[in-house]
This record gives sequence, C-alpha cells and structure tokens, in this order.
Amino acid sequence: MKKIYLDHAATTPVDKNVLKAMLPYFSGKFGNAMSIHSFGQEALEAKDKAREQLAVFFNCELSEVIFTSGATESNNLAIKGVLRSYYSKFYSLKGAKKAIMPQLPFNKTKIRPHIITSSFEHHCVLDTCKTLEKEGMADVTYLPVYKKGIIKIQDVKKAIRPETILISIMYVNNEIGTVQPIKEIGKLIREKKKEKKEEGELYPLFHTDATQAANYFDCDAEKLGIDLLSVSAHKIYGPKGVGALYVRKNTPIKRIQDGGDQEYKLRAGTHNVPGIVGLGKAVEQIRTQNSKGGSKKILDLRNHLIKRILTEIPKSHLNGSKENRSPNNANFRFDNVEGEGLVLSLDMEGIAVSTGSACSSGALDPSHVLLAIGLKPEQAHGSLRLTLGKNTTRKEIDMAVDKIKETVKRLRKISGSVLEEF
Amino acid sequence: MRYSKKVLDHFLRPRNQGTIKNPDAVVIIGNPKCGDLMKFYIKVGKNKQGEETIKEAKFETLGCGVAIATSSVATELAKGKTLSEMMEITCNDIIKELGELPKSKIHCSVLADKGLRKAIEAYRKKKSKKLNNKNF
Repeated sequence: MKKIYLDHAATTPVDKNVLKAMLPYFSGKFGNAMSIHSFGQEALEAKDKAREQLAVFFNCELSEVIFTSGATESNNLAIKGVLRSYYSKFYSLKGAKKAIMPQLPFNKTKIRPHIITSSFEHHCVLDTCKTLEKEGMADVTYLPVYKKGIIKIQDVKKAIRPETILISIMYVNNEIGTVQPIKEIGKLIREKKKEKKEEGELYPLFHTDATQAANYFDCDAEKLGIDLLSVSAHKIYGPKGVGALYVRKNTPIKRIQDGGDQEYKLRAGTHNVPGIVGLGKAVEQIRTQNSKGGSKKILDLRNHLIKRILTEIPKSHLNGSKENRSPNNANFRFDNVEGEGLVLSLDMEGIAVSTGSACSSGALDPSHVLLAIGLKPEQAHGSLRLTLGKNTTRKEIDMAVDKIKETVKRLRKISGSVLEEF
Repeated sequence: MRYSKKVLDHFLRPRNQGTIKNPDAVVIIGNPKCGDLMKFYIKVGKNKQGEETIKEAKFETLGCGVAIATSSVATELAKGKTLSEMMEITCNDIIKELGELPKSKIHCSVLADKGLRKAIEAYRKKKSKKLNNKNF
C-alpha cells in the first residue's frame, strides 16, 4: 500500500539536496566550529555559509542570525532572553542597586514588565508566558483571535502599556494555518516607539514565531519591522533539531543557557554543524521552490481539497478563515465524528493526517486553538488537519478525500444521534 | 503507545453496534467535553436457573477509537451474563479483554462498564416501579 502523507505541519521529509549538503559533515568533516585547527576551520566555513544563507532569507546582517536547536528553543530564548535582559538592567545600575531593589518587580508592584501575545500561540510560546506569569516575572495579555482565527490590530494597540516590553505574535497558526497581520503590527510598534522617545525607543520589542510561515511567507525582517523571528528547519524540508532566531542588532536580550561563547555569546553549546548546513540549504531552496510557482501549485491543490470536502461531506466545516490562510493548510470539523477515531481509521488506510485535538498525543483536552476561535469542546473534538507539501499530488488529495468520506460515514453510523440526545 | 491488534479490530469491526427495538433499558453516559459519549441498549432475558440475564446489548458511541473498541468489548462481555454478574464487571475486565491500553485512554473503558451498570440500574428501577404500580 502506497502511503499518503498529509501532515507537513508536523514535519517534512528532508529534501534530497539538503541531505546531500549535510552528509559530509557527519563523519568526514566532523570538526568543532570553535576549534582553531583545520578541522575546526572547515566546520566554521560551512557554518558561516549557512549563516549567509539565513541572512539572505531574513534580509539581515550575519551577526543577526543565531542558530538554535529549533523553534521551541528560539521562542524560549526570544521571550526569556528579553525578560532577562530587562531585569539585568536593574541590577547593573551602579550605586542605585539598593535603592531599586525593594521595587524590583518580583512581587506585585507596578513596574512588572508586560508581554502581549495571542491566545492560540504554539505551546512553547504560550507555556513560556504562563510560566513567567506564574513566577511573577511578567504580566501577560492574551489577545483574542475571533472566529476567523486572526488577531485585530486594534486589540494590539489597546493592549500596549508603558511597561510593555515584548509583543510575541505567531506568523501562521500551526493548527488552522491562519495568517496574522505581522507587517501591520510591526508598523504599529514602530509608530508607538516614536511616541515615547525618552525611553530610548527600546521597548516594546516585536517577536514572531514564523515556524509555519517560512515556506510560503516573506521573512524579510526589515519589511516586517520585526526584532526577533523564530524558524525551524524540519518544517521546511530540513533536518530535525536545528533552527534559528533572527535578532535585530542592539536588541536587549541575554542568553538563557550558560556555557561557551557560541553564537555571539547568545546561545551556548557546540554547533550542530550538519544540522546548520541543512537549515542553510533548506532556506535557500525555499526561494527556488517559490520562484517556480510551488506555492501556487499547493494553493490550488488545497483549494480543491477544501471544495471537495465541503461539498461532498454533509455537515462538514472549515475551521478558521479561508482567505487569510497558509496555502498548505486545511482544518475541518465534522459533526458527530470524533477526530482521533478518524485519524486512526485513515492511518490504517495509509493516509497520515492529524487531529486538531491533542487527544492523540496523550492529553485529553480539546485543542486550545479551536477553543480560542470559539468552538465548543465537542466541536473541537471533531476536527481534522490536513497539511500539504511540495510533493503532494492531485491524485493523493482525491484518494484522501474518498477515504475521509467513507470513514466519516462509518463513524457517523457508529455514533448515531447520541450527541443530540445527550 | 500503539494500540493492540484487538483494539484496532474492535474499532474497525465493532460488535453489537446499533440499536435495539423496544429495549428494556437505554442510557447515555459520558461528557461531550471529553469527546466521548456512549449510548447502551439492553434487552433482559432469563437463563435456565431463572436468573435475569443480558439477552442482548447494543451501543452507539461518539468517541475515539478506544471508546468504540471498549463499547464493543463491553457489550460482548455482557451477553449471556446474569445482571448480578454484570454489575461486578469492572474497567479492568474490559482492559484485560482488549490487551493493553495507553494510560491516558483508560477513562474510555471506565465509561463502558459504568454505562452497562447504569443500564441495569435503570432496568431494575423501571421494574420495581412497575411492581409497585401493580401492588396498588
């Protein structure tokens, strides 16, 4: 049975050219990029080439690219690192240390820094914010995302306080693929900063988690007006365990992992050279892919998928905005069907998809993303996410739709009308 | 954890799925918030010793694969058992029947045995009501 993979938001296969670029750096060219000798220099060269590739991608300087272990680390570094830098400034004021100490924002004083994020961020952002809130390190505002799954600029504007130090909004949602107005938020923040010049125009900083966006959307830091941007290699046909954080020059940020001097002292730990080489090649390939119209091809296929599901399966719905949506994402819900059962059934037919619900990953709570767009828990349990990739074919989509149709019918027969009668 | 072959078999080919016309008891159990809802139908008969038994048990379930598989196994276990025997069936018996289950999924099977007990209770209540009515 030929398998069909429609879960590219979870991870993507490593592209052949990416793998080819990486292979020499496992065993042959194994040096530590921090070593002075020729082995080290060879690794350093490879790493620097990747840094150049990332700098082209972000349209930034080389020193603004920080390699990490992936988007989770990038997001943690962005948020905790900014907060750490903010707090360190209090301690470093000479002589004033004692006078300031009692006011330090570890308790409920007014100078506790403020962070703005959205209510449907990936857990690595959401849980980081929640932890900081719990520890009394920061106040956090979670912006609503409404039925369409898109935040409103007006809400961002209203939420900004004098003590707001960071705004972290994801570029593309990982479950429903909706695109956030990053450029507009960037513009708004720039204007806000102009208003409060006396503060040195440092805050608020603007971070975006671009993990699901990098394949299809512009990640030009200048155009977006962004200070920090996270990407992950394995979502863009690169290897797992490597990612990057774009950090604008002069951004007040401190490292959160202590150790060596790697990555401009912002991320300690020996470089994952083959991984970094793979990430560099992967971002380079995005350009070629998109210039060949790859993104348009995926969009057409995805629209075909949505059209067929919504017209051929009764009581099926698309979750989130259809228009402002990543070209590879479709997220449906089917009345009287539970998502995990659907995923399990399809998997046995060789079709890999995922549920919006975290049920299958061990937690039984319905997806926070679907609840955030206003779905009831029982609706959120009935959802199915399909994410296309660059090698997805029309035939695969049609086969998947046929199987989904059959399975939904079967599961609906099993469930009868138990939900209505409850 | 991957599901056992038996779980997958009962999920793909559930036994006793459907409804019973003129059942002796019908109950719905579960919580749509957790994603699992089960409806059980039972028909009560008598064995040679004159004890009341589950003659037929059927289900309709909205829920994950394990919820469907446990509904299927629970109704299979129920058939032919006396009502008192059936009241003793626990979730462990259902899990044992299915092989192993992922820990986070155990709540589904807790639901199936509870559902059948609830059906028997409903039946007994209905019966005692009838008897009371007759006596008056």
